[in-house]
Formats: sequence, structure tokens, C-alpha cells
Amino acid sequence: MKFFMKCDDAVHVCDKTQYKEAGLLDKLKLKIHLLMCKMCRGYAKRNSNLTDTIKSANIKTLLPEEKQRLKTRLQQDEKNLH
Amino acid sequence: MEVLNPDQWVDKYADYLYNYTIVRVNDHIVAQDLISETFLAGLKSKNNFKGEASERTWLISILKRKIIDYYRKINSNKGKAEVHISYRDEDSEGDWLEENAADPFDRTAEDRMENKELGLAILECLDKLPEKQAAIFKMKTVENFDTEAICKEYDITPSNLWVIIHRARKSMVECLEKNWFN
Repeated sequence: MKFFMKCDDAVHVCDKTQYKEAGLLDKLKLKIHLLMCKMCRGYAKRNSNLTDTIKSANIKTLLPEEKQRLKTRLQQDEKNLH
Repeated sequence: MEVLNPDQWVDKYADYLYNYTIVRVNDHIVAQDLISETFLAGLKSKNNFKGEASERTWLISILKRKIIDYYRKINSNKGKAEVHISYRDEDSEGDWLEENAADPFDRTAEDRMENKELGLAILECLDKLPEKQAAIFKMKTVENFDTEAICKEYDITPSNLWVIIHRARKSMVECLEKNWFN
């Protein structure tokens, strides 16, 4: 078993970590990689910053059915105008 | 030059307009009505669109007027309205009026406003990504769909998904560092 991963893999695991989808072993390997690789450390930091930023913004999205209702109204309005 | 595509308005701008509106009117139903009215006004004044601003900026300028109109209408009803203050709500311990006064150290309202502006900045950056990338990133990161559901919807493999997510994350980081953190 290899404990050293390449940067490509490290970045991939780092992305997965943002969604809590990385396995335990992968996370451990990532930690080891980050100890040695400055570039990936930079990426990991900015990457988790992005996660925190988006979480703190608490963006609201409309439900699919609400969007559908808006679409129907818009189409109706368009028809009425012609 | 920009052209208008009303068919795509909902998919492209509904969430952006909603986030803009909800902090200003704080009512889910009213917000959706205002967005609908904005689209209708947009259709009516389609010919006034000169293509100088982006479609989104143009719609926001209409929406701003709709929000102002909404408050004018409420205010004109004010004479008829009564103000009810209930001194006892479930959370308060006594019935002192002071308890109901705004706490100057409670910054949550302001914080919330700032967070909403951040939300718009994020949606603006999202708008700059390729369409499919933006949609997938939003589903995964904002709406928290799981990988499997997204792969099914877009008919892609998980490794496709992660490549898309990676590209989107890189662009989003760059865009936000440029437009929000500076």
C-alpha cells in the first residue's frame, strides 16, 4: 500500500473532503501529502475557504415547482402580450 | 451586444432575483410575485433594452422599482392600519417594553444583509461559469444534492462529476477572490 499520493490525487481527495465524501484512508494520505507539498496546501486552504464562504452566505434557491410556476406565468404573460 | 432571452429568464436569474428580493421584502410569496411582475415588465419594455447592460443588471433595475412600488403601496395603506404590540411573546420573561426594543449590540440583521450581498456575489460568479458546470456545481454545493442524484440527472459518471466540480471550484475561488475578498 502506498502512503504517498500524487498531487492530482491529493487535489481530487481534497475536493471530495469538501462534501464529506472522502474515505478515511484517503484523508490520511492527503494529510501526509499536505505536510510535504506546499502547492497542495495552498489549494486545500483556498478550497475549504470556498466551502465556508458558500455556507456562510446561506443562499436560498427556489424549489423546482416554484420555478415551474414562474415559467408558466411568464409564458402566459408572453401569450397575453401578443 | 446582448440580446434578451425571456425563455431562459427563470433558469438563469430566478435564484439571483430571489436572493436580492428576499432580504428586502422578507416574504417568500411576495418575493416570488415581485419576480413575476419583473419578468412581465421586462417583456413589456423589451424594446427599451439597449444591450448596454447585461440582461441580469437590466432585470435588477426593473426589480428595484417593483420593490419600491411595493413599499409605496403598503405605506399608502398605513393610515388604515393599526399597530399592535404584544407585550408578552413566548420568549420574553416580563412585560417590560424595553425587552422589545432593538438591541444595538445585536448585529445579526446587519450581518444577514452582508451575507445576502455575499450570496449575490457567489451567484454572479456562478453565472460566469459554463452553463452545465454552473448547474452541477450549484446542485452539489448550494442545494446539497448527492453525487448519485446529479450523475443520474445529467447522465454522467462520478469521475466526470468530480472533474466538473474541480474546474468549477477553481474558477469560483478566483472569481470570489477578485470580486468579494478585495
